[in-house]
Amino acid sequence: MCLGIPGQIVAITDPDRMMAMADVSGVRRQVNVACVIGASIDDLVGKWALIHVGFAMAVIDEDEAAKTLEALRELGEAQETLAAMAEGERALEVQP
Amino acid sequence: MKFASEFRDPLAARALLAEIARVADALGATRAKPVHIMEICGGHTHAIFRYGLDKLVHEGIEFIHGPGCPVCVLPMTRVDECIEIAEQPGVIFTTFGDAMRVPGSRGNLLQAKARGADIRMVYSPLDALELARRNPDRHVVFFGLGFETTTPSTALAIQQAAREGLPNFSVFCNHITVPEPIRALLQDPDMRLDGFVGPGHVSMVIGIHPYDFIPEEFGKPIVVAGFEPLDLLQSVLMVLRQIAEGRAEVENQYARVVPEHGNPVSLAAMADVYERRPSFEWRGLGEIDASGLRIRAAYSNYDAECRFTVGYGAPQRSVVEPEGCACGAVMTGRIKPTACPHYGTLCKPETPLGALMVSSEGACAAYWQYGGARALAS
Repeated sequence: MCLGIPGQIVAITDPDRMMAMADVSGVRRQVNVACVIGASIDDLVGKWALIHVGFAMAVIDEDEAAKTLEALRELGEAQETLAAMAEGERALEVQP
Repeated sequence: MKFASEFRDPLAARALLAEIARVADALGATRAKPVHIMEICGGHTHAIFRYGLDKLVHEGIEFIHGPGCPVCVLPMTRVDECIEIAEQPGVIFTTFGDAMRVPGSRGNLLQAKARGADIRMVYSPLDALELARRNPDRHVVFFGLGFETTTPSTALAIQQAAREGLPNFSVFCNHITVPEPIRALLQDPDMRLDGFVGPGHVSMVIGIHPYDFIPEEFGKPIVVAGFEPLDLLQSVLMVLRQIAEGRAEVENQYARVVPEHGNPVSLAAMADVYERRPSFEWRGLGEIDASGLRIRAAYSNYDAECRFTVGYGAPQRSVVEPEGCACGAVMTGRIKPTACPHYGTLCKPETPLGALMVSSEGACAAYWQYGGARALAS
């Protein structure tokens, strides 16, 4: 029920009713953007938003997304190093 | 899809699983003595089963599936009332598709539609508003169902109807809130939870502070999580690290979508249109204080409870839940779906007896769809 899907705002269609056109995986649909208007409704064009039951509920923060992915990458690299270290230990153990 | 596929990288998942295993081992977690982590949200339950995360994580991690599926916690009485409203002359009853197959004592909405009631599935409350504009001689009721993620959409629809002076639109409000049932679960002496994965999209609306009581009063960690597999695994790791380091805090793994203080426009619309009911009945959990919302008197023209004298405020009728139905015990994590006597026999997705088998976010339906049926057969 609480599912949200990322979509890109491509045009403002009815500023009075705060409606915009969003592209969600290639499907276009009118969404209400009342919850995400900042200084100007036009600033939303090009932004990615989390869309739920026809409403843009949050503008996705690209910096935060990048930070999360970076943390995951670092963990991956650390994991590789740890795995290499463990491999090294085992190699030492079986030396005659 | 942008902001989704990046969070499904198998290599990163492997690294997370290894680190989860390391911390779980350090905690001494085993299959016999697991760390119990409740994912509150039904969307998370679905994702965990869809990606098999419960099988992939260290065996000392046990997911307890929380009450965060609004369709699953809807009492039969409410479904009966939907049908009662839908059968009134001149009414077009609109609802999200999720609610169509929830059994009431007189069958479900799909069966009522087959009997002739004008019941229509819509994607958005905005579709219901548009139906009202196009059908001035009919009255359009929207079934307002869901947690804080969905509540702003019906609040904004009611505000829009009021602005336009639409006389033929109302909402049957059964919106519920997340923090109150969590408090109820934590107060249950039988409950053994070590931490929570918090609902991402609810938190996008309400922010992360409504959960402060979980660490402050109950000493348990909670990490607000996104819905992709890496989001969930990272959140599990963050919960484990808190436990390992003796911390209990509210952390936000889903910062790309969840602002600390939520969404001000949504919160303002909800506060304008809705107020708390003294208590609300949850299927399987009983009455929970201040856990449901109703439409304020200022918007009573748009309140289907007032128009049709039904709903939570009306005199209660007793409706007996199906005998032996163990939805309540499953929802509080006391038993697994497969331990219910009706699971897979009387209760299947095609013929659900209990609500947890109806919604794809219900624990029983998720078990069934992603391997529970096989487990049962073997």
